[in-house]
Amino acid sequence: MIKLGEAELAKYPFLADAGQHLPEYGFTLEQLAQDPDLAVVREKAFNRIYTTTQTGKIYKPSPKGSTALPLEVLSFILAIVLLKQSRANFLIKKFAMQEARGAERFLERDLGQGTTDIQIETTRKIIWDLAHIEISKRDRYFVIAVPDYLHRAVLFHAREWKLINRQVKDGWVYLNPHETVRLIRQELVNYISDKISSAATPPVVSGLQDMVDKLILLNSKFQPQIAYSDKNPPCVQHAIDTLSDGKNLSHAGRFMLATYLLSRGYNVKEIAPYFKNAPDYNESITLYQLNHLAGKSGNNTQYACQSCAKLKSANLCYATSECEGIHNPMQFGVKR
Amino acid sequence: MNSVDEEFISQCLRKYYYEYFGIIDIPSKLNRHEFGYQKPNSPMIRHIQLQDAAELRSTLMQELPLDVFLSSARYLFPSLPMAEKEWQDADLIFDIDAKDLNLECRPSHTVQICATCGKVNNKGCACDSPQIKDVSVTCDRCINASKKEVKKLLDILYDDIGIKESQTEVYFSGNDGFHIHVHDLKFLNLNSLERSELVDYVMCNGILPERLGMKREGATSLPQLTDAGWPGRFARHMFGSKTARPKEIKKITADGYARFTDTLKRLSHTLGACIDSGVTTDVHRIFRMPGTINGKSGMTKMACPDIAKFNPYKDAVLINDNKVTVNALCPIPFKLMNKKFGPYNNKDVDIPSYAAMYLMCKGLAHRV
Repeated sequence: MIKLGEAELAKYPFLADAGQHLPEYGFTLEQLAQDPDLAVVREKAFNRIYTTTQTGKIYKPSPKGSTALPLEVLSFILAIVLLKQSRANFLIKKFAMQEARGAERFLERDLGQGTTDIQIETTRKIIWDLAHIEISKRDRYFVIAVPDYLHRAVLFHAREWKLINRQVKDGWVYLNPHETVRLIRQELVNYISDKISSAATPPVVSGLQDMVDKLILLNSKFQPQIAYSDKNPPCVQHAIDTLSDGKNLSHAGRFMLATYLLSRGYNVKEIAPYFKNAPDYNESITLYQLNHLAGKSGNNTQYACQSCAKLKSANLCYATSECEGIHNPMQFGVKR
Repeated sequence: MNSVDEEFISQCLRKYYYEYFGIIDIPSKLNRHEFGYQKPNSPMIRHIQLQDAAELRSTLMQELPLDVFLSSARYLFPSLPMAEKEWQDADLIFDIDAKDLNLECRPSHTVQICATCGKVNNKGCACDSPQIKDVSVTCDRCINASKKEVKKLLDILYDDIGIKESQTEVYFSGNDGFHIHVHDLKFLNLNSLERSELVDYVMCNGILPERLGMKREGATSLPQLTDAGWPGRFARHMFGSKTARPKEIKKITADGYARFTDTLKRLSHTLGACIDSGVTTDVHRIFRMPGTINGKSGMTKMACPDIAKFNPYKDAVLINDNKVTVNALCPIPFKLMNKKFGPYNNKDVDIPSYAAMYLMCKGLAHRV
C-alpha cells in the first residue's frame, strides 16, 4: 500500500487505514459523536450517505483548505460507522457504488490531466492497489494486458466493451483514461464494500443514535418488488419451435432448453415431451440426460441456465427488444 | 466393430504404443490432469489420475485404447467427480475442423453410414433408422483449407493477442483438422466466459461498424491498410491497395451505414478464423492426447512444426504396412502414404494395415 498525502486521501478516503487514522489526529469515536466542534463532521458524514443513496448524485469533497480538519477522511470513517451500526445492507451497497463513482472521476482526471510523471505514477499505483492491474502509458492511451482486460470486461454487457471492438495490438488493449477507470469500477466498489464489511461494528455511542435510526428507515425503502412474466425468452422459444417442427436442435440448444425449464421449476417428466419430435429422440436417453442436468444422477449438480453471452457465442441468441438489459434468459420478463 | 476387427486393431495399437510411445507429449504435471480413454464398443472411461509416464505406458499397453484423452485443465484432485476436482487452470485450445468449413468438396468425399446396421449410403439398409452418421475420407482441399484457417488464427494470436510462437503448438488432430494449444501462463486462468470473448475476437464475431470508423451519420475515418488488428485486416481486404482506398471510401459512404453493417457481417465470416467455439470455451474438456492414435482414422494426433509442409496423410500415418485382407465397402477413393485406395464395392482386398485400420475406424471395412 502506498503512502498518500492529504490531497490524495481527500479524494480517495477509503485508502486510509481508519483504525490508525482516528488516533493519528488525536480523535476518539466518542469525540466524533459528541464534540460540538465536530458537528461539521457528523453532518458531512450523514449527508455523504444521504446524498449518494437518495439522490443518486455523486458526492463532491469540499474545496481544499476550507477547514483545518481532515474532513473528507473523518466524514468517510464516520459514515462507515453509521452504516455498520444501522446494518443497512442496501444503503451500504449503494454507498459503496456512489463513493466508487466519485473516486472514478478523480482517477480519470488524474490519469488524463496528470501533467507530471509523479502524478501519473501515483494514480497508477492507486489503481494497482485497488485492482492489481498493471497499466502503462503509450502515446495518448493507457494499455493493459489482454487477460487483465478480459477478466474485467466480460462483466460488461455493452458491445463496445467486447474485445473485438477495442484496439488490440501485441497483447495490449488500448484505452483512454475514462475507459481505464471504468474498467475497474467493480473492483473499486468491491474494495469499498470490503472495507465496510471488514470494519468492526463499534458499540452504539450516544450522539449517533438519531442518525442511525434515520438510516434504518431509509434502508427499508429499498426492498425490491419483483413480478414475473409467463412468456419464454426468444432463444428458448426458438428452441421449442425448432423441436416442435421436428428439426434437429444442437446439443448446446438442448442443454439451454432443459436447464432453462429446470430452473423455471419444471420437473424432468414435464420437460421430456419437449424433445419428443427430435429426429434422434430416444426416451430413455432423454430421461437419463435430463436427470443428469437436474442433478438426480452423476455428481448431483443441478446445471444452471447459461448466460446470454455464452448463448450468443454458441449462436443460440435470438434477442429482441424485450431482451434489453438482461444477462441471462432467466431474467427475461422479470419486472422490478 | 466386431471382435475380429477389434483384435486386429488391438494388435496394431500394441505395436504402435510399443514403438512410438516416445512421441506422446506428456505434460510436466501429468498427475494434475484428468486422463481418460475409450476402447472399441465400450463407454468412455475417465476421471483417472496417472502419476507419471511409466503409469501411462503401462495403461496404454494393458488397455490398448482406441482413443486416449487428457484434460486441458489441471486440477488438485483429477480423479474425483467434476464438481470436486478443484480446477486450477487450463491450456487454451483452439480446434479447427474441416467439417465446419462448409467446403463444396465435402459431399464428394463423404458417405452416410446407418448407425444401426452399418450399411453404407443406404444400400441394403432396411432399418429406417433416423441415425445416420456422415463419414468423410481423405481430401487435400479440406486439409489445405484447414491449414489456411490455422494460419489466420496464428496471425491473430501472435499479432493482436501477443501470444509468442514459442508458446503455441500446432497438432494435426489425427482426422480432419488441427488443434492449436497455447501454453502461455497469462492465459491459463481465463474462465469459460473470458475464453468466449477471445473466441469472438479470433472469429471476428460482433464487430461494430463504429470500430472501423463508420458512423450512422456517415463514414468518418475508415481504417488504413497499415492499421493493426481488425481495422487493418478489413482495410486490406476491402480496399486492396492504397490507391483504391479513396474510391472505395466514396462508395461505402454512398451506400450508408446499414449496407456497411451487412458487408461487415459477411466479411467477418471470411476474415475471422473458423474455429469450434465450444472446444475453446470448455475448460473441463478432455482432449485427444498428442502423439496418440485417433480412433476415427487410425492416424496419429501429431505435432506439425512446419504446417505448410506437413502432409497428414503421410506424416501422421504410423501404423505398419503389413498386408491384410479386408472386406471393404468404400465407394469413394482415398489416398494414404501417397497411394490411392478404392473405390471398393463390397469386395475383399489385400491392403496395408494402415489403410485397413483407416477403413475399419471409419466403419467402411471388416477383417476377413
